[in-house]
Parts: sequence; structure tokens; C-alpha cells
Amino acid sequence: MKETTPLKPNAVGLSKKDYDGAPSTLCKGCGHNSIASQIVQVAYELNLKPHQVIKLSGIGCSSKSPAYFLGMSHGFNALHGRMPSVATGALLANHTLKAIGVSGDGDTGSIGLGQFKHLLRRNLRMVYIIENNGVYGLTKGQFSATAEEGLRLKYAGTNPFPPIDLCLEAIVAGCGFVARSFAGDARQVRELLKAALSHRGTAVLDIISPCVTFNNEDDSPKSYGYGTQHEKPLHELGFVPPAEEISIEPLTPGEVRLVELHDGSHLRLRNLEEAYDPTDQMGAIRRLLDAQARGEFITGLLYYNPHRPSLAEVEGLGTPLAQLPPALMRPGPERLEAVLRRYS
Amino acid sequence: MSVLERAQAVLPAPREPIVNDFSIAVATVNGTGSQTANLTLLRSFFRLGIPVHGKNIFPSNIQGLPTWYHIRVSREGYVARKPPDILVAFNPTTAAEDVQGLPAGGVCLYATDLKNLPQRDDLVYYPVPAAELLAGLEVPVKRRPYLANMAYVGALAWMLGVPLETVAEALAAQFEQRPKLVEDNLEVVRRAHAWASENLRKQDPYRIEPMEKTQGLILMTGNEAGALGAVFGGVSVAAWYPITPATSFMDALRGFLSELRRDEAGRPTYAVVQAEDELAAAGIVLGAGWAGARALTATSGPGLSLMAEFMSYGYFAEIPAVIWDIQRVGPSTGLPTRTSQGDVAFAYTLGHGDTKHPILFPSSLEECFEFGWRAFDLAEELQTPVLVLSDLDLGMNHWMGRPFAYPAEPLKRGKVLSAEALEVRGGFARYKDVDGDGIPYRTLPGTPHPLAAYFTRGSGHNEQAQYSERPEDYARLMARLARKFETARRLVPPPAVELHPQARIGVIAYGSTRYAIEEARDRLRERLPLSFLRLRALPIGPEVGEFVAAHERVYVIELNRDGQLHGILRAELPEHAAKLRSLAYLDGLPLTAAWVMARLLEKEEAA
Ligand SMILES: Cc1ncc(C[n+]2csc(CCOP(=O)(O)OP(=O)(O)O)c2C)c(N)n1
Ligand code: SF4
Repeated sequence: MKETTPLKPNAVGLSKKDYDGAPSTLCKGCGHNSIASQIVQVAYELNLKPHQVIKLSGIGCSSKSPAYFLGMSHGFNALHGRMPSVATGALLANHTLKAIGVSGDGDTGSIGLGQFKHLLRRNLRMVYIIENNGVYGLTKGQFSATAEEGLRLKYAGTNPFPPIDLCLEAIVAGCGFVARSFAGDARQVRELLKAALSHRGTAVLDIISPCVTFNNEDDSPKSYGYGTQHEKPLHELGFVPPAEEISIEPLTPGEVRLVELHDGSHLRLRNLEEAYDPTDQMGAIRRLLDAQARGEFITGLLYYNPHRPSLAEVEGLGTPLAQLPPALMRPGPERLEAVLRRYS
Repeated sequence: MSVLERAQAVLPAPREPIVNDFSIAVATVNGTGSQTANLTLLRSFFRLGIPVHGKNIFPSNIQGLPTWYHIRVSREGYVARKPPDILVAFNPTTAAEDVQGLPAGGVCLYATDLKNLPQRDDLVYYPVPAAELLAGLEVPVKRRPYLANMAYVGALAWMLGVPLETVAEALAAQFEQRPKLVEDNLEVVRRAHAWASENLRKQDPYRIEPMEKTQGLILMTGNEAGALGAVFGGVSVAAWYPITPATSFMDALRGFLSELRRDEAGRPTYAVVQAEDELAAAGIVLGAGWAGARALTATSGPGLSLMAEFMSYGYFAEIPAVIWDIQRVGPSTGLPTRTSQGDVAFAYTLGHGDTKHPILFPSSLEECFEFGWRAFDLAEELQTPVLVLSDLDLGMNHWMGRPFAYPAEPLKRGKVLSAEALEVRGGFARYKDVDGDGIPYRTLPGTPHPLAAYFTRGSGHNEQAQYSERPEDYARLMARLARKFETARRLVPPPAVELHPQARIGVIAYGSTRYAIEEARDRLRERLPLSFLRLRALPIGPEVGEFVAAHERVYVIELNRDGQLHGILRAELPEHAAKLRSLAYLDGLPLTAAWVMARLLEKEEAA
């Protein structure tokens, strides 16, 4: 999709500036900043109404970033690793909100691994972004659980343990939208974000987001240098919103795959390297393990399954629970009497 | 000599009848379904109009360990724990000790297959051939032990004079839709009753006579009452992680919600989530409270420990939440199935830094119900977590109570600004004290107004909710939160005060210990007149200081080792600290009036 002029109001009458947040206090060049600016761009392009969006995060440099986008949306900077539970409560209270969660690899992969896995089991409808830099940024450079085995860092020494692959964890946990991207690949991040916002349940975006202060040596797989040189997209992505007619560039059959998303929008995947099928769960797991073994950095939509209902659907929720009229919250006196009769 | 002959050989002189005033301890093996038999007994007395209360004194185990059920029958209406006069010995491993524990003149009703039962001259023994009574009954082997327990129900019915029709009604009430179960159970009761009438001679003084003291009352557990209260308080999101003794609260809540809370289309107007742990349960509750739904969790000590980080967050970020803590014995996993009031100091300041929470102390079914709904009003009015401290004794045992009063006040949702209100005001500052009561205004996510949004965080913030480490911002914020806590003093339920005109001595207590204290107070009326202040909430209001001021000494009675409430009251009332004395006690069992009387007299003699 072509870039839109930022000052031009979008369909809901907002300019791109209206989607800005407070000025970032993160290091200059931090990958998290580029992701925040893509969220701003996407929200503008998708005509999101800021009051219908909630942004939630845990603790860490990455988790600070919701303050730096969508200033007109309610934000919740939760506790370290505990954003999933807060998001669960918030979306049970009002399942009509669009939720964007931002977390770090420490936040999600260590202290929050339990809540992360359970969020995926419940399939809360939200976009869950992991800004993955392999280190703890905010506490100044310790290894995170996604750091590669044998990685040497100036402050932390050599990492003796194998990494946790959060995309694998997500696929295994039954997540229906799992993608990996690279903060340096703005266009891919943008298209994935758009598709994720249209997904029915939890959409996990594991975005390699280099920490320029503590983990940006060119030989580190989570650095800019490595990412730019080694990124291997599985496909070229193009998001097609539901309002637009789906037009497919005239390509030979087999080259393009259309994935229909929850709200009728589509993701257009043009395969680059192989006939990668993102709807094949076992295939996705195999491909990720394979990439790990070969030290490859693959990006794109890794796994997609639109069929599992979201938590709110499972619970059968109608009127948002936060907006129930008093009459629906407190049954009448005759109901109380009827219950008490059973105990007399 | 046969067992029967030996049991009936020594005939003590007949005694004056003791009517409607005794305690029974039923000792059985955990997991043998004795709960049905015990509840049948309890309900039978209740149906006969006699005040009654049952306490399940059970092990942390599913099957095999000893368990006791204490039933107190009291024509005067006392329901505190009282050591048993009558023992039902159905557990071989504890029988010897159980028998030794009986007072002289007590009764031992025992299963005839028990070996080596201690023989005491000062007891009346009645054998119950439970196994034989089941002969010929067509029931699956699996259900036999359950039915065997009904034998002691029949024998007790004979001994005390409980009409069999009443037992039948009590059984029918328990197995509402399952007539076959009622019939099988009743058959065993009948056989035991008939066997006892033919083979035994009544030698004990205990019996019952119908009264009219329970008419119109209900029989329920505190957890059921609290859960029902929450439903009428509009709880819409509930999250929890299983833990005794809070589990039955959530079981009841789920049941009541599915019955009572659906919209016209039959869709649920609630969501209940069994979380992965208490951290998540607390997070779900805060997330829901932040987004505008009434949310609660129920837990016990170990779970409360895990909730500390979120409660500190909820206090600082000012988010309504309700936490029921059904206290059990600590520290750590402690005695998981025994009762205490050992969480109060921890709960009051749950969290690091300067965190403070309002706490409600229910002491009866009526208060469990009332605080069940009122906790939400308080949490939303004050925009803060509110804890309700119940305990295992109150929560899991069956109590008598008056039918609950329907909430008199409409739901109080606190200072929430709508889009229209924002338009009129031209925006708002999330953490600004506009009204001088320390309570700011909030907006809910989804409010359709460009000025509605704000950022919620657990780190330092200014009045506009922006991140701030400026000393003056932090100091102002903390001072306002302290001011808000002063407002809480006025909003929480005041204590229940009963002054005795001649009393120089006062007692302060809260929760389920009230029953032992009230009984002790009545019995001490002549020797040591007492005034009683029953605390119903923290922070305390001015009544507590006035009460202490009006007495020479005030004893703070509570179920923990260290006198935690005593410590809190001394800190809150430094000018009266010297008058406040601690009477704390903890062994896992509910308080008795005898203990209260003895300790008060002993302390007063020494004073
Ligand atoms: C319970 C708890 N433990 C520890 C911390 C300290 N802490 C703050 S940020 C952080 C690590 C964040 O790392 P990551 O999620 O990878 O985010 P990044 O800063 O790299 O973006 C830690 C351990 C905390 N805030 N809370
Ligand atoms: S320390 Fe690293 S992660 Fe944190 S802001 Fe700086 S570059 Fe980003």
C-alpha cells in the first residue's frame, strides 16, 4: 500500500499527528521507537478511533513505549510480565475494545512466560507485540531468555543457555496468528500489524527490535546489522482492508496466496523462497526449528488459524460487562427470595 | 460378656434431663461421606426449631485421615464451639483419644467393629452395629461406607428423640431431585433406630424438644452468603485460583451467577475465569476494574501473598477491586483446613511502599451477604482495592441467619466521567483532588471523547497521569492518597457497639470470634460486666477511640499468635495504647466461650 500524506485527515477525520503519543525517552535508534512509529502509521491508515483502542504493556523499555503512541487512547502500563492478565480483565469488561499489547522478551519470555502461555490458551482478542532484543534493556544489559546460546555481550559475558523461541511457544500454545518480523523492515511490520488487528483472537508479533545500547554487535542475531543482512522473508506481505476490492497483481498461479482474516480483510502473501503454507501448524513448527538449526532469521506470517473462537466468544458475552445497566447487574428482590427459600 | 452386655452393665443413676443443650462430636474417616449424615442431623435439629450450628473440623486430605464434625445444640441460641458431651466414635484411629476427651457423664456412641475402645466408668456407651444394619440392602459396594454413616444418625435419633419424619424431611432437602438416595439413606436410619429401641436402654440425660426458635431463619455457609451478596452487588468479572477455604466461595458464586445473571437473550452478564495462579487472578480483577466492570477474586493466605504486587499497584494507580480472603492458618501453607485471623496485619498494608487498604470484617451470614455487595460500592467510590476478611470457620461452616435484606441503596459507581461530563468540564486531570475528599475522577476506556484518555501506571505520576519523579508531585500524590484513606474512615461500616452500663472492661474483636465472646459476656454478666465493640471494618472510625476512652481496660481478642489487630489499634490510637491489652490465641480451632471467660478472669484478677 502506498504511503499516505500524514497531514491529510483520514476517514475518521484525524491526521497522523493525532495518533502520536508523548515524546519517546528511549535511546535514540532503539528498535522499539521504529515499532511505535509503525503503530502510529497503521492506526492512522486503518482509521482507528483512538478511544476504542486500549494499549497495555508490562515492564521494560519496550513496555514504556505505549506512552509514545496513540496519546488519545487509554493506556495501562502493568507489572513485569503481568500484562496478559490485565488485558484479560479489561477485555472481559469490554470486549468491543481493540487491544494492543507491547511487551519485551524478558517480560514475555521470563517472568511473564506463564501468563503469556495462558493468554494464548484463552485466545484473548488482542495484538500482542514482543519487542525482542535478547537483553534486558531497562535493567542494563542482562541476558534475556531469547538470547542465543554462546552470545557474548560486553556487560553480561557469555550466555550458556539455549534461547526460548517465543513464536514456537505461541504456535504450540494454540495461538492462531503468529508472525516474526524485524523492526528495520518497516513495511513488513506495518502489513503484519494491520493483519494482526483484524485477527479474531490473540495475534502474536515477535519483532526483533535491536537494543542499540546493550545488544547491537553485528554478530548478534538481534542486532540491526545482522537483521538487515540475514532477514529472510518467507513471503512478501500486503494487507488488503475489507472495504477495498481485492485485486491481485497478475502473477502466475501458485505464487500468491490470499489469507482471509476475521473481519473480511485479506493478507496477500507472495511466496519468495518456497511454497510456504502458513496454515500448516506442523510445517510451521518444523520450519522454525529448521531455521534455528541453520541459524537463519526468517520473517513473515508463520502460522495462521482463524477458527478458534476468542475468549469473549467462548464466554458468550453480549453487552460489554462494563456497560451493563443496573437492572442487569442486580437481580430483583423476588429472585433473592427465591434463592433464600431453598436455604430455609 | 458381649460388647452389648459390657456396654450396658454399669448403669449410672438416672440424671435430670438436659434438654436442647449439648454438643456432639462425630469422629469419622475423611472421604467416607459423613458430611451427608452430619448435615442430616444438623438440619433435623434446625427443622425442629432448635438453634444449632455445625463445624467441620477436617484434615487437609481427600481420603483416610480423621475428621470431626461438631454440632452444638443450644436452646439459648449460642453457636460458638463447645467441647463435646456426646461422641460418635466411628474412626478407629482416633477413638481412644476421642473417648478420653469426653467429660464425666458424657456419651459414647460407637461402631461395634471398633477394637480396644477405652472403658470409662463415668460414660454411657451405646454400640451401633453399623455394618450389620446394612445387611441385605441392595446398594453398590462403593456406596456402603456412606450409608454406614447413616446408622449413627438413626441411633442418635433414638437417643435424643428426633422424630424419624424430621430426619426424612432433612434428607429430602439435601437430595432434592434424587428420591432413590433419600430412600436408601432413610432405610439405614430406620433400621438403626429400630435396632436401638429394641436393644438399648436410655441411660443418658440428653434429649431434644421442639422449639420455635429457627422459624423464618435460613441455614447456609458464609461463603455462600458472601457469593450471593456479590451477585446482588453486580459482580461481572470473577477470577480465581483454587485454594481452600476460598474454593467453595467461587463454586457458590458460579452457581448463583448462572442462575441469576443473564440478559433477555439468555446470555451471561458475567464472566468467571479460573486463572493460572493468584497473580493472574489479581491482574484480571484489576484489568476489569480499570475498564469499568465490578470484579472480584476470592483466595486465602498463600494466594494473598501472590496478590501483593497487584494490590500495591491497585492502591497507587487507584483501581477498584474486591478481594475476599477466607483466612486459614499460616504462616506459609500452615494448617490449610484450620481457621485463623492471621492475615489482618498483612492484608491491611498488602504491598510494598506505603500501601493501605480498607478491610471489611463480616461476622455472620447477614454481614457476608451485605459486605458481598457493599464491597463493590466502597471499591468504586474510593477507587481502590477493598479486602473482605472472612475465615474458614465462617466461610465453610453452616450457620443460622435471618433472610438477607435486599440492598437498600442503588449501586454506587463512584466518580466516573461520561463523554457528556467531559464536554461540560472541558476535560479532566485523572489524579487531581477536585472535591477535597482525596478521591479523583476517572474515565473508562471506550469513552467516546478525545479528552477521555489517560495513562495508568504503577510508577510515579503527576495529576495529569504523566510519568513524574518530581519530589513535589510524589509528595502531593501520597498526601492525597492518605486523605482518601481518611475519607474511607467515614465510608466503611461503623463498629457494632454494645455498652454495659456497669462495665469497666471492654472487649474489641471482629469476625467469627464474636459468638464465643457474646456467650462469654452473657455468662460473665454478674462477675465481670463487659462492653463489646465488634469491629466491622478498617480503617477505624472515631467510635473505637471513644469506646476505649470510656473503659479502664480493653481486651482485643483475636485468633492469631501475635495479636495483630491489637498492634494495629495501638498504632492507630497511640493515646490509648496503654489501655489496650491483647488476648490472642491460635491452635487452628474456633474460639470457645470457656477460653474467653477464663482468660478474661485471669487477666482481670492480675490487673
Ligand atoms: C517483579 C519485578 N522484577 C524485576 C523488575 C526489574 N525490571 C525492570 S525492566 C526488566 C527487564 C525488561 O526486559 P525486557 O522485557 O526484555 O524489555 P526491554 O527493556 O529489553 O525492552 C526488569 C527485570 C521489575 N520491574 N519487577
Ligand atoms: S536500553 Fe536498549 S532497549 Fe532500552 S531504550 Fe535503549 S536501546 Fe532501547
